[in-house]
Amino acid sequence: MKKKIIVVGGGLSGLMATLKICEAGGEVELFSYCPVKRSHSLCAQGGMNACMDTKGENDSVHEHFDDTVYGGDFLADQTAIKGMCEAAPKLIKMFDRMGVTFTRTPEGLLDLRNFGGQKNKRTLFSGSTTGQQLLYALDEQVRAWEVKGAVKKYEFWEFIKIIKNKENVCRGIVAQDMNSMEVRAFRADTVILATGGPGMVFGRCTASTICNGSAVSAVYQQGALIGNPEFIQIHPTAIPGSDKNRLMSEACRGEGGRVWVYKDGKPWYFLEEMYPAYGNLVPRDVASRAIYDVCVNQKLGINGENKVYLDLSHIPADYLERKLGGILEIYTEFVGDDPRKVPMQIYPSVHYSMGGIWVDAKHNTNIPGLMASGECDYQYHGANRLGANSLLSAAYSGTVSGPEAMRWAKEGEKGSELTDEELAKAAKECRDEYEAILKMSGSENAHELHHELGDLMNQYVTIERVNKDLDYCFDEVKKILKRWDNIGIVDKAGWANQEGMFARQLRNMILYALVVTKAARMRDESRGAHYKREFPTRDDERFMKITIAEYDQATEEPKISYDDFDHSLVKPRPRNYAVAKKE
Amino acid sequence: MAETKKKVHFIIERQDGPNSQPYTEEFEVDYRPALNVVASLMEIQKNPVTKDGKKTTAVVWECNCLEKVCGACMMVINGKAQQACAALIDHLEQPIRLTAARTFPVVRDLMIDRSVMFESLKKIHGWVDVDGTWEVHNDAPRQNPKTATIAYEISRCMTCGCCMDACPNVNQSSEFIGPAPMAQAHLFNLHPIGEYQKEERLDALMEKGGLASCGNSQNCVQACPKEIKLTEYIAKLNRDTNKQALRNLFNK
Repeated sequence: MKKKIIVVGGGLSGLMATLKICEAGGEVELFSYCPVKRSHSLCAQGGMNACMDTKGENDSVHEHFDDTVYGGDFLADQTAIKGMCEAAPKLIKMFDRMGVTFTRTPEGLLDLRNFGGQKNKRTLFSGSTTGQQLLYALDEQVRAWEVKGAVKKYEFWEFIKIIKNKENVCRGIVAQDMNSMEVRAFRADTVILATGGPGMVFGRCTASTICNGSAVSAVYQQGALIGNPEFIQIHPTAIPGSDKNRLMSEACRGEGGRVWVYKDGKPWYFLEEMYPAYGNLVPRDVASRAIYDVCVNQKLGINGENKVYLDLSHIPADYLERKLGGILEIYTEFVGDDPRKVPMQIYPSVHYSMGGIWVDAKHNTNIPGLMASGECDYQYHGANRLGANSLLSAAYSGTVSGPEAMRWAKEGEKGSELTDEELAKAAKECRDEYEAILKMSGSENAHELHHELGDLMNQYVTIERVNKDLDYCFDEVKKILKRWDNIGIVDKAGWANQEGMFARQLRNMILYALVVTKAARMRDESRGAHYKREFPTRDDERFMKITIAEYDQATEEPKISYDDFDHSLVKPRPRNYAVAKKE
Repeated sequence: MAETKKKVHFIIERQDGPNSQPYTEEFEVDYRPALNVVASLMEIQKNPVTKDGKKTTAVVWECNCLEKVCGACMMVINGKAQQACAALIDHLEQPIRLTAARTFPVVRDLMIDRSVMFESLKKIHGWVDVDGTWEVHNDAPRQNPKTATIAYEISRCMTCGCCMDACPNVNQSSEFIGPAPMAQAHLFNLHPIGEYQKEERLDALMEKGGLASCGNSQNCVQACPKEIKLTEYIAKLNRDTNKQALRNLFNK
């Protein structure tokens, strides 16, 4: 019998895992909210890091490894990062064979650009839609396997929860057809979650509307541990918007963009002044804090608003077109100004979650039979992710989780297969829960409540965190959780009912918001993206540890503990981007 | 300020299910600068009440990225198929009329079923045949940067279906696969390894529902939100299939 693996999520990581499973002779049932070709990986613009060393800079895999560890403020598993950086050039060659339209040098080789937190050119790119191109390549390869019968797609199906057998091993999932609303249980030998980040917990952010972290929260409530949830990356350069903050790629800075505001009537290039060694190419957490400081504390934002200039207007238009075309279109389209002529106006925005489901070196969670890979895991970025390392970690993690899922399916102590009764029971529970949601008749609107949740999280749990504010935020989120019980559902339709499904997702988002807030409250230090003015320095003595959050059924709150991790390869040293990095 | 009281008027065609009769409902949303159609629909979600004060259900539609990259939120806005996230209210005449792109089966309200587009990618062999994802200890072939630039242009196609909706020959009773999948066939033919399956792709395009169904109305190229030169690539495929047809004749 062929081994059957369920992969939930069809972004870069889920598709990569799917390919590896097919190649190993397994069968995949691939679940996704949306056609996998529309997954959020396609929003990554700037590129993917890999040491190709084709620019005469003597770049090395070790340098990539060290930049990643240093950029992550020494909180990521070093052996895992080493594996990822070593694999990166091989992955690029794989993508090249698959037909990714990488931008090329005049002699037809793969071009490289600069990116934040790295001194060497190491970022491969495909115009400014690299994520789209990488995702499409894997989507195409998976389609070929679909034709061969090894992959069955369940698109427009929402994952609800995992099913454990009597030995407490994950042996299946419950999912719901988003059109017919049918709730069904599925058996599997292994389940991989590759469901992406929780951006929507913050309301407006750079993430797609589908990135709500609902699946992660669901398995957390079923006992999966969460690692480092407080580390939320704030991208320094986004176009603020009322529906979403649109990303302005770090490639803008990589290609020579300068960040400034007026000070005493003259342009002040504050990143270049504060961080002479890296200038505009400091990592994201550093740039975001500087912009926040300039706008909020020094009140020097454009016209007194929370915005600064990101300036490309000094760069020749044809060069910009070739290197950044796609994203300049986004700015022109959504703002109306032409960045080739006038400086863009940008402000930091929630962008990426370094934290996520705790996994071991092979991407197994603490629940046997359940794996996690991609942004929904916590593995590769520590306290801050370097730009262009996310496409890498997404693709790479799939090359680890896929084969491991097959190994587990063949050799793991899986215990008994789910019986028909167990399947029916699990489906019925989810169906009953959903029916109960549809019957809710309170006065709260789920979308309005979500908006309030986002406002709270954005205000208190982003760039600068203050303990008393975090306490306040935590209590307020708990109130929102209580108010969730008073939601009213207007739409009672048994077909394509988005309101009912959103209410279920919202509850999961609220519970995850508590995890992020509590973990932030407990970590009394500043490290990477997590910054507290009360504790402005890194405290390796107390906090060179990963945060572990465990769901407590009784209180519906997380229990926070700390654990050691692998930092055996390079010793921690102070992180200072004002001077060149030393080893 | 008077501006804050300004309202945006929508007339939205709704439909409860694939076989239900469509009906319209009107909504008003508070104006704000840079407001777009998706953001307006989100406001309606928060307070699903019609212009006349009648409580109703929120409008159902599909969206993901809101950056005009994922292709999900395509709908017909004031008669033109486009991405709702990039449709700025400032650029639209009011009342703004939203309807589903009825070239495709309607799922509910503005949500449509575009699975036919993904199925077409199977027909045209829309992938490069690689031996596997493993290392082959060989670099992929170099590419002429000019060819790579053309490939990049086509590879930005987000399967949104604007070109399909604009094409007079694509509809639910026609077998024509439409402009987007054809351009994808050309994309893979441009790739140095993908080219090995060029014959299979051209043969597929010579079958019923392929190139011969194109009426050369040139609507697609006007409709493409990514400004992909669809007609140029379709013309190129026409030349390629003609050559292929001759070859097939002689090889029989």
